[in-house]
Amino acid sequence: MAPIIIFPTLLLAVQTGGASGAVDLPGFPEVNGFLDFMLAGAMIQSCLLAGNSGGIALAVDIEMGFTDRLLAAPISRFSMVLGRLAGTAALGAFSAVYYILLGLIFGARIEEGVVGIILMIFFVTLAAIAFGGIGAAIAIRSGSASVVQGLFPLVFVILFLSSAFFPYELMQEPAATVAEFNPVSFIVEGVRDPVISTLTGEDAWKAFVSILGIIALSLALSAGALRHRLRTGG
Amino acid sequence: MAAIEVRGLEREFGGGVKAVRGVDLDVAEGEIYAFLGPNGAGKTTTVRMLTTLLRPTGGTAKVAGHDVVTQAGEVRKSIGVALQEAALDPLMTGRELIRLQATLHGLPRAEGEERAEALLDRVGLDHAADRRVGTYSGGMKRRLDLASALVHQPRVLFLDEPTTGLDPVSRKAIWEEVQALNDDGATIFLTTQYLEEADQLADRVGIIAGGLLVAEDTPTALKAEVGRSHVEIAVCDGELKRAEEAVAGLGKPLPSRDGLLLLELEGGASGVAPVVRALDEAGLAVEGLDLVEPTLDDVFVARTGQHLEGDDEPAPEPVTAES
Repeated sequence: MAPIIIFPTLLLAVQTGGASGAVDLPGFPEVNGFLDFMLAGAMIQSCLLAGNSGGIALAVDIEMGFTDRLLAAPISRFSMVLGRLAGTAALGAFSAVYYILLGLIFGARIEEGVVGIILMIFFVTLAAIAFGGIGAAIAIRSGSASVVQGLFPLVFVILFLSSAFFPYELMQEPAATVAEFNPVSFIVEGVRDPVISTLTGEDAWKAFVSILGIIALSLALSAGALRHRLRTGG
Repeated sequence: MAAIEVRGLEREFGGGVKAVRGVDLDVAEGEIYAFLGPNGAGKTTTVRMLTTLLRPTGGTAKVAGHDVVTQAGEVRKSIGVALQEAALDPLMTGRELIRLQATLHGLPRAEGEERAEALLDRVGLDHAADRRVGTYSGGMKRRLDLASALVHQPRVLFLDEPTTGLDPVSRKAIWEEVQALNDDGATIFLTTQYLEEADQLADRVGIIAGGLLVAEDTPTALKAEVGRSHVEIAVCDGELKRAEEAVAGLGKPLPSRDGLLLLELEGGASGVAPVVRALDEAGLAVEGLDLVEPTLDDVFVARTGQHLEGDDEPAPEPVTAES
């Protein structure tokens, strides 16, 4: 729970407390408050960390041989990955609800109301599956918890090179261009849209396609890594 | 039908390392077959291929009548597996682990719970069923692993070094359980690096070294290959000649060593009593008498030139190979 709740909550508190004046900068999207803007970033940060933690847990299972127990059972071998992703999805849904409640308690306003809340939970849950899939692929391919854990800092690089914590319109080049095309930005915007404005549809659509793309890619990579592991023994 | 049929099984890893180099073996239904060899001999790699956890790079293998590559799903339905270093989640309780295993094998919930109760009782873990596995001793973990492998009543049970690292009491408990399972009709394929384990448990032993099966037979037949039992008799000074005369005809005399009379016995242990009687009738005072039996280590030495136990070095190239 620490990675998905404590770290993002602390970062959210620090950023909201220390950088809330950023909303007055020219080019900053029109929002009711900085917390409204930051909620989506905290949720996606939580998803990325949930994916990383899920990958570490899977790698530990591989290291200690627990996955052999699953692979020797008469079930689909990919269910080992799907089971892990189901757990990560539950964490994503939990994190979405947690940050929405936290935001509402501290004065955030969700423009799209209940529909917006449902959409946010939906996207964050799917995003957790997408990032969990990447963690699973790396875990299966490497079979090493330390390798997956070593990717932890990369989560923050990905986040800071997206619109999670700052609008890319206000970033310097080349970070602005990277953030503009970073799929994480599309997902963040899709989650943020119902909070700060009425639904445009375009942001939601882009987020949905980005998430599905990452899910498809990560599942394909996981399946390939699993085949490789079974073929080569490591 | 053989429970396990293996022909020319090979496994090559990256860099051209051949862990298994053309193993042939047959294990009959209801048999306990022990795969004996030192670390790095290819035992675990063979088990991983037979349990569908690793694809062979050559040869064929059938388990319970199903090909391990093309019918892997059927193989997995038919086997129970307890791998080296019992792979148990330390956060689960013993009961939860067996229920999980029952679910993985598609048992209905009620049946799974019933089996869990029965198996935990069978392996003597009923008192610890609701404790986390992380609090179990090594022997308890192995017994739990064994119980979980039995949840779906498999036709063939694979045990990869089931007693490695266990204390003698725990080891004996596992042996008794394995024997009891075999008495109930299970075919058991076990790997071990312990001579005594193979000798005590197995109907047949396959000795593997350097990825090759270098010998295979019953423990008795294998030991007979390298010589018969002999007795070492210590008599009083100056009595050696008289002792030799007294036991003449009761066995084949071997060259004396360290003042001991050495006599090879055709009938093994049953030949000791006539020797003792003959020495007694001749009025000789016997200071000591030891029956020395050939061991599987002697077989291993004869086939590979190296001892099996207490040697963690990689196995040498085999001197001979049976295929």
